[in-house]
Amino acid sequence: MSDKETYKGYKGAALAAMKKFGIRVWSDAVLTTEEDSFEGIVLPRSETADGDHIVIKMATGYNVGLRCDRILDAKEIGYKEAHYKIPEKAFPYDPKKERVVLFGTGGTIASRLDYRTGAVIPAFTPGELYGSVPELADICNLETEKLFGVFSENMGPEQYIILAERIGEEIRKGVRGIVVGHGTDTMHHTAAALSYMVQDSPVPIVMVGSQRSSDRPSSDAALNLIHSVKTAADCDIAEVMVCMFGPTSDEYGLLHRGTRVRKMHSSYRSTFRTIGDIPLAMVNREGYTYLRDDYKKRRNDREVKVSAVFDDRIGILYYYPNMKADMMDMMIDNGYKGIIIAGTGLGHVNKPLYPALQRAKDAGVAVYMTVQTLWGYVQMYVYETGREMMDLGVIPLENMLPEAAYIKLGWALGQTDDLEKLREIMLTPINGETTPREPYNGYLIFQGGIPEVDEFVGTIRR
Amino acid sequence: MYEFEFKPFEEMTPEDYATVGFMSGLEVHQQLLTKSKLFCRCPAGRYSHEYHAEILRHMRPTLSELGEYDGTALMEFKTKKNIVYRVNKETVCTYEMDDTPPFMMDDEALDTALEISMLAGLTLVDEVHIARKQYLDGSIPTGFQRTAICGIHGSVPYGDRKISMIQLGIEEDSCREISDVGHLRIYNTDRLGMPLIELVTGPDMRTPKEVAEVAQILRKMMRTTGRVRRGIGATRADTNVSVTGGTRIEIKGVPKIGMMPLLTYNEAQRQWNLLRLREELKRRGITEETFSSSSVDITRILKRSRFTPIADAMKQGHVAAAVKLSGWAELLRWQTQDNTVFSREISDRVRVIACLSVLPNIIHSDSMSETLSGAEWKETKVALGCTPDDTIVIVWGAAGDVDTAVKEIVIRAKEATVGIPSETRQALRDGTTGFERILPGPQRMYPDTDLPPIRVVPERLARLRERMPVQYWDRMRRYHEWKVPEDAIEGLALSPLSTLFDEAVTEMGFGVTDAAVILWRYPRRLHRDGIRTEVLPVDGLRSILNAVREGKMTKDGVFSAMRRALKHGFDVEALPPRLERKDLASFIEKAKQQVRYAKLHDEKNIPNLTLDRVMDEVRGRIPGADVAAEVAAHFAKEVLK
Repeated sequence: MSDKETYKGYKGAALAAMKKFGIRVWSDAVLTTEEDSFEGIVLPRSETADGDHIVIKMATGYNVGLRCDRILDAKEIGYKEAHYKIPEKAFPYDPKKERVVLFGTGGTIASRLDYRTGAVIPAFTPGELYGSVPELADICNLETEKLFGVFSENMGPEQYIILAERIGEEIRKGVRGIVVGHGTDTMHHTAAALSYMVQDSPVPIVMVGSQRSSDRPSSDAALNLIHSVKTAADCDIAEVMVCMFGPTSDEYGLLHRGTRVRKMHSSYRSTFRTIGDIPLAMVNREGYTYLRDDYKKRRNDREVKVSAVFDDRIGILYYYPNMKADMMDMMIDNGYKGIIIAGTGLGHVNKPLYPALQRAKDAGVAVYMTVQTLWGYVQMYVYETGREMMDLGVIPLENMLPEAAYIKLGWALGQTDDLEKLREIMLTPINGETTPREPYNGYLIFQGGIPEVDEFVGTIRR
Repeated sequence: MYEFEFKPFEEMTPEDYATVGFMSGLEVHQQLLTKSKLFCRCPAGRYSHEYHAEILRHMRPTLSELGEYDGTALMEFKTKKNIVYRVNKETVCTYEMDDTPPFMMDDEALDTALEISMLAGLTLVDEVHIARKQYLDGSIPTGFQRTAICGIHGSVPYGDRKISMIQLGIEEDSCREISDVGHLRIYNTDRLGMPLIELVTGPDMRTPKEVAEVAQILRKMMRTTGRVRRGIGATRADTNVSVTGGTRIEIKGVPKIGMMPLLTYNEAQRQWNLLRLREELKRRGITEETFSSSSVDITRILKRSRFTPIADAMKQGHVAAAVKLSGWAELLRWQTQDNTVFSREISDRVRVIACLSVLPNIIHSDSMSETLSGAEWKETKVALGCTPDDTIVIVWGAAGDVDTAVKEIVIRAKEATVGIPSETRQALRDGTTGFERILPGPQRMYPDTDLPPIRVVPERLARLRERMPVQYWDRMRRYHEWKVPEDAIEGLALSPLSTLFDEAVTEMGFGVTDAAVILWRYPRRLHRDGIRTEVLPVDGLRSILNAVREGKMTKDGVFSAMRRALKHGFDVEALPPRLERKDLASFIEKAKQQVRYAKLHDEKNIPNLTLDRVMDEVRGRIPGADVAAEVAAHFAKEVLK
């Protein structure tokens, strides 16, 4: 075994002490200090932790760290290497059930503990995953394929393309539905990408993750998985969707349209919300409550349009008061081909940026406007500022979310450099990324503290 | 070896306990007096049954760090509970509801935990690692308790022995259960997240009385820091009991130390009697290998039963099942604890694991009470193929729950052939214990990935050592030698003011009685007057004592100065200057003016009333005796005129 494995994560004085006393990671050891002795299993050490302490797991199950300069002697009295593994059960095949494919990409829904970093890392194979959620077998015949093992923030165009193509292949083979396990941080980016890249799917494509990792009893992973696999197997909506907790309670999941969904809280279970519209449906173990009927219905054919292209020379410019033109100049100078501005209010930036907008126009850089308020439309004709900016070539993107716009611009630029064609692609909705009208209940952010709201929250389990 | 029979509680002698090999240890839980909760910024110590929202969750078992499922974890999962948390917006934030990761551990709490570790003579760890301890009963919404070890291997003197201390952990407190009926358990979350320490002793107590005495010593020792909470529920203890050949059984959450002797007696008795039951089974030829049982659905037989609980179940379309325990005749009436027989062991399991919580939840053929009709028993016996040597247990309820119950009845009966199952037990009001859950093992511990380890640096320990109180038992010995008034000795030794008391006597030159009056009687008087004295400002009191020592005020001014200090703080600079006897004339004149307008029954009272008025004005600035003398002299002169 290599030193790296033998002394996982240890460095400096601690590593020297281990070598001196002949103990290693997973040793069952007795460490003697001046006043006492500690017995336990030497655990791997987080790589970001200092090099002064040795960590042991005592018989009580507790871990403690001892400063190595206090250790006078250490003896290995046994060796017990841990294998952190969910019992992997063969998924029972039932000829009466439909076939669903689960693609793993990494992220919290498929994760386990890492001793070296002390963090949660993507490592469960989807196979192990359903070993821990046996209920899945009641729903369908599940097949899994691990495409990547990356954190949500490392998902990018390369992964979008592979994922879109693999989904296309499965659909042509006649799969009943697709589930994509994904980290939650950028799930809405990938959901938008798949919405553009995989069009007119005959079956549901359901993205799912979890906000509490599956290594904890209160995890939302199991219920999210059950909801999403069920949706893939028998829901009538054949769209790219995100399936995550509706309330923080273990009550039901929501099916959000892939282009209109956004992560809205850094840690809440019910973090995903449909913005500027209402979700497609509610789902629980028993079935669905469809909230609208303008969705694309499930079909029995195997036809699907896959257009997996992406040009990543694009960026989002989040405008703030007093922004200097050089922020945009940098993008132009570095060869960016498209810029999404998240403007204030109805879609504004300040005048000092105008020269940069002019430069972008002259350089043939496509500039589109979205709103950082997230809810509401870009309406640049209302104020003079807006009209001036349109003259400088800025194109308003209606109520497209900044992230959905960013992904769409990359996808559109992957197809054409012609600014006119680009404009047509950008302004023609694929699946709800812009909507002609905003329903009155598309913007409901209840303000806590108001008596009537508190009364509602007190009666309805959120 | 199991010939010994338990005597009534009062008649048991230490020798009797030695005969059964009584051993007991404690896990004392003590809430810490901090401003905030342990892992979030919610205010600590605010309790209320009022709630503003409810959250519903379920718990699923996960793997421990070493890759094994824990026994309790699986049991709780079998029960499939809906868990509802009641949330009060003042006391709970999104952290407690497991919607926000933890914030760094409260420093104040860790300081106190380290301080108490040192008091308990523990070896401190250099790096505190926060672990997650699984609790699938839902008592913590995350499904685990964040907990960490501060020190191990200590001891505390007890008579001429030493009681070993295994470890001290710092952890977050759990929810309070409101109700648990069927598949619904409701929790109040106000206590959730409160900083708590758990001090674990070795199994060194030999009689129930010793258990209570050691619990008192530990409680008092922790109190001397002045940094622990007091009042109902602030100190709770789990008590571990075993007898020779028995198993370590944990009695959870004993709220009063006074209950410990009877509870530990009953638990020892239960274990002993279960071992005697095993002997009886063996005598009948029933062992783990030969144990035999069978079960059958008897819904049809009981369809028209007049036994109310079953009749009600039938009305709801529920089912009933009967279990035959071969060769067990009469044994379900085997006594386990005071007024408690073996069938309770089975009923408890059925209640907790199969969620059949309406009692009675089982009946059996060893029972004398009227339940089923003779015909119904007879038909059931036929259905099971029973002989007179067998016993029948009947259970009813929703189909799924009855399936679980039948399995659990067989499991519990079979366990009797082996010995005493590892479990945690609840302390019941009558001094007996009831099944709570299977005893969790170290498998339920895994590292908390949300928080980095905390280094315990030597500077921190030096600072804590500085403020650490002298052990109260040493102090009491010293106070006896000093001849501190008898009624004040223990109170003073436990008081957070004891260090100041010692300082007053040894360094500031106060007499023992004076210091005891100021630092023991006065705070109690203030407390009786309804003034909050829990957090007496030691520095303020020290400056009052200094002012007396330096002659800036007199002893009889101390009480009112303390009263003022509690409200407004104490400022030596603001003290009015000392007075001489000659300065009193103007005060006396003023007082006489006031008294003149008072309605008096008797003119003779004038001097005394005048003295009272003067004292109110000058208290603390001149000894009272001087004032009395001066007033007396004044009136004497007046008479002469």
